[in-house]
Amino acid sequence: MPTVAVDKVDLWERLGQEFSSEEFDALCFEYGLELDEDTTAEVEEAKKKGLPAQRPQLKIEIPANRYDLLCIEGISRALQVFLRKTETPRYKLVYPPRTKKIRPLFACAILRNVKFTPRSYASFIDLQDKLHQNICRRRQLVAIGTHDLDTLKGPFRYEARAPKDVKFVPLNKHEEYTGEELMALYESDKQLSRYLPIIRDSSVYPIIYDAEDRVLSMPPIINSDHSKITLNTTNVFIDVTATDQTKLDIVANIVTTMFSEYCAEPFTIEPVKMILPDGSTKISPDLSERRMLAHASYVNACTGLSLNSDQVSVLLSRMSLFPTTSKSNPDEIEVSIPATRPDIFHECDIMEDAAIAYGFNNLPHTFPPTTTVGQPSAINKLSDSIRLEWALAGWVEVLPLTLCSHEENFAFLNHVDDNETAVKIANPKTLEFQVVRTTLIPGLLKTIRENRSHPLPLKIFETGDVVFKDTTRERQARNERHAAAVWCNRTAGFEIVHGVFDRAMKMLEIPRISNADSKAETGYYMKETSGVYILLGGYSLSLISSQDPMFFPGRAATIYYRAPPSKRKASTFQHLKQDAKAALHINDDIVLGTLGILHPSVLEKFDIQYPCSAVEFTLDPFKKEMQKIWTNDE
Amino acid sequence: MSPLQLEKEVGDATAKVGQGNAFKQKWIAREGDGLVKAVNSIKDVTQLDLQEIESTGDLKSGEKLLADLRKRKLVVQRKGQWFTVQKGANFTTSTAKPETDLTADMLTSGAWKTSTFKKYNFEAEGIPPAGGALHPLLKVREEIRNIFLEMGFAEMPTSTYVESAFWCFDALFVPQQHPARDLQDTFYISDPVKSLPPEPAYYKRVATVHEHGDYGSAGYRAPWSHEESSKLLLRTHTTASSAHMLYKLAARYRGEAVEGDEKEFTHGAKSTTAHGESSSNDGFRPAKLFSIDRVFRNETMDATHLAEFHQVEGVVADKGLTLADLIGFMRVFFKKMGIENVRFKPAYNPYTEPSLEIFAFHPMLSKWVEVGNSGMFRPEMLEPMGFPKDVRVHGWGLSLERPTMIRYGINNIRTLLGHKVSIEGIENSAAVMF
Repeated sequence: MPTVAVDKVDLWERLGQEFSSEEFDALCFEYGLELDEDTTAEVEEAKKKGLPAQRPQLKIEIPANRYDLLCIEGISRALQVFLRKTETPRYKLVYPPRTKKIRPLFACAILRNVKFTPRSYASFIDLQDKLHQNICRRRQLVAIGTHDLDTLKGPFRYEARAPKDVKFVPLNKHEEYTGEELMALYESDKQLSRYLPIIRDSSVYPIIYDAEDRVLSMPPIINSDHSKITLNTTNVFIDVTATDQTKLDIVANIVTTMFSEYCAEPFTIEPVKMILPDGSTKISPDLSERRMLAHASYVNACTGLSLNSDQVSVLLSRMSLFPTTSKSNPDEIEVSIPATRPDIFHECDIMEDAAIAYGFNNLPHTFPPTTTVGQPSAINKLSDSIRLEWALAGWVEVLPLTLCSHEENFAFLNHVDDNETAVKIANPKTLEFQVVRTTLIPGLLKTIRENRSHPLPLKIFETGDVVFKDTTRERQARNERHAAAVWCNRTAGFEIVHGVFDRAMKMLEIPRISNADSKAETGYYMKETSGVYILLGGYSLSLISSQDPMFFPGRAATIYYRAPPSKRKASTFQHLKQDAKAALHINDDIVLGTLGILHPSVLEKFDIQYPCSAVEFTLDPFKKEMQKIWTNDE
Repeated sequence: MSPLQLEKEVGDATAKVGQGNAFKQKWIAREGDGLVKAVNSIKDVTQLDLQEIESTGDLKSGEKLLADLRKRKLVVQRKGQWFTVQKGANFTTSTAKPETDLTADMLTSGAWKTSTFKKYNFEAEGIPPAGGALHPLLKVREEIRNIFLEMGFAEMPTSTYVESAFWCFDALFVPQQHPARDLQDTFYISDPVKSLPPEPAYYKRVATVHEHGDYGSAGYRAPWSHEESSKLLLRTHTTASSAHMLYKLAARYRGEAVEGDEKEFTHGAKSTTAHGESSSNDGFRPAKLFSIDRVFRNETMDATHLAEFHQVEGVVADKGLTLADLIGFMRVFFKKMGIENVRFKPAYNPYTEPSLEIFAFHPMLSKWVEVGNSGMFRPEMLEPMGFPKDVRVHGWGLSLERPTMIRYGINNIRTLLGHKVSIEGIENSAAVMF
């Protein structure tokens, strides 16, 4: 959200009233602004010490859609209306007898006989900057230029020219530069270098000329030195260029309406006639008010109030809108929306304004009568039982991050990225966040590394989501809930992680069966990973290969699960490929996870000096069937 | 003797102190470059004092002089302890120790009747149990989950960290040029490349309301990009999942037959209706939904920001809900979290109108702090899903980390979430009862 610094004394003068910090804070709160800071105390302090002090300022946070509040002129106008000290001004176009010829996605206007003071001049520059940073998306979508009209001669032309054919003296320089030279010149400029990529690689650059071929500006980069405005400028020509008509209009309207108050006749703007490439003409800026219908019944239905249309009208007029109650329909209010309020799209926006004027905190406190049945999600219910059982068994729950570096997820575990498994991040700010984890092990090992000072043994666990690519889904990925535990001590303790896994199975009432027992209906069993020939379509495939090099040779097992016949749904789980099955005489058992002593080279990469054993398995097959809404079906 | 010679003879430190003192006592005087004797015999008080201390362990002249000598590092004070032993009432020559604990053997033999037991030190600490522990953040999550469950909310499935820009932003009526969608703020996915298209008719309704307006809204009137919509990203809020659930809730209005539909939300009971009105039987069922799950922001990490954190989110959908209902409900919800004093500030959020920031009075900081966001979802979001105009949906959200940090007095979020969390801290984190 943008923050605007306004001069405190000026604001009190404009509002015709002085406020204490608390009073003004309360007023802001009610209107939906936030008083961030009042620098009065700071300034007083500086004055006492004899230091140079600025005038006291109020820093006010503005909602991101209220472009009309980005300057002291707009804030004071809105608050004056809200406090019923004045009426909302109506902006007028005053036509002079002259024409200008320009191209599309361009808007312009003239402010005549302006009298700037140093502070209003600064505010004018600041508003342009605030608009550039917010709605203009750092000048990408819209750019504003302001000029001293008396140094120029209309009509103006908005053209596109090859960079080498553009040549002018840019703002605050003394020599001429071509378009190409300007790009080089501003490459090292902290401010302007940010905007160069917007047009740099284009074959032509946009440029504005006056009748005597003098350059006004090369949007969105820089104005010319010739037409620059100063404190003494009295006639201001404003140009606005854009890639999108709606934002162009919003910006042109805000800049002109806000500063029209400094014209000899306040709130007047001189429009400009534009001739478009197709020969048609258009008057710029378009300050026409939009008309919308609002209904007292709708306002009441949404807010819980019972107001009539006159009462709603009074509320709306405090929010800088122009309501007229309908003569034919007592429920209807015709609302004229000034050009300064482009944030109003729908009747609900008008309803909100009425509610703000009424005061959110003055609304009655009711309680929705909606009666429903509560229920936890199946997967969280399941993982909560595992979490509780493992904590009761003496293990400590940790909570590492989901994002990790590519190395931690693959190379550090002696795994190779097959590019079929992990979701990768395009724009991380640091190398710590390159992939979404496909295993819980790296997070657990990092936690052990960071807890060196904790007495041994360390026994930690996590239940959390990992993410796999899944091209069959709309989002091309799927979460899977895993549970994992790592034991770290002077001896590796394979049987200890084995024990904590057995405990989980016991609590889920999954019987242990022998790995040679093909007749058992349901249960889990383990097989030594090394040397097992596996051709999997893969459940947690990334963890499984013919020999898992993450583990110490001969100390690694794969855990299999045979679901009860009623739950064996072909669509739910991936199965062993048919040929592999035939070759190995195994049935529809799924791979649940892995268990073993971590390979010393893995420990070394995670900077751990003691042996560790780890177990990781998926919880998804054990999810209880619940009401349809609460399943994980997408 | 010159001062230089003296320094060579007795060393730098000694010369300095000695020379100064000798001048002070007028034992020596300066003559030209050299030092000469000023008196014939001297009485070295310090030496005598030190001798006295050595023999008696004290100095009669008093504490002031002692302090002086200590300062000059000529003496140090050491504490000693002496005990004088005398025979007491329980004196015996037998070597039997008093018992420290009651044992099973004593019960069998009856020895407990005659044994003497050592006095127990009730000031000592007990032996810490070797138990496990749950993570403090998840203890707070459980507490908040319980509040939702007590109030009749169903937990939404949220296991989609990867979302499409369509569900995360477009479906919520977040404009395609909104700053939250910048590379600076959102993690985009490079692999896989883009999402599969959503249901075409719904997609078209969403694109239209953005680009041209519809359902009584002017829309953003900005160019619509399909490419932007099909980008994949890590969800920035769980509201993406809520939007998908609401879309499912509106299925009947879109004329879709949903299998097992009658059992959703109400466990097969007849739908309840708002404000006791009789059901018009248009297929609408009210819903109260919640989730607490991880969200991702492309933030630069510091003491209060992490790239991932947990969002608490609640949604109530019913006919005829009002803003007064939302405010009243929020008061109850936060009261259940132990926050009594809340007030509401108008705010801007692209998918809710009205939008309200919730502020609570923090008694320790003695100021109002923001504790959450809330609002009523915009018609531009609900109507393309198929909801009729009178269905209104409340939504609110807060982070899980913030109340947890306040609860445990934690200042740095990195000591709460992530691998840098101390295991000892987890083991010692107190129980949470709001």
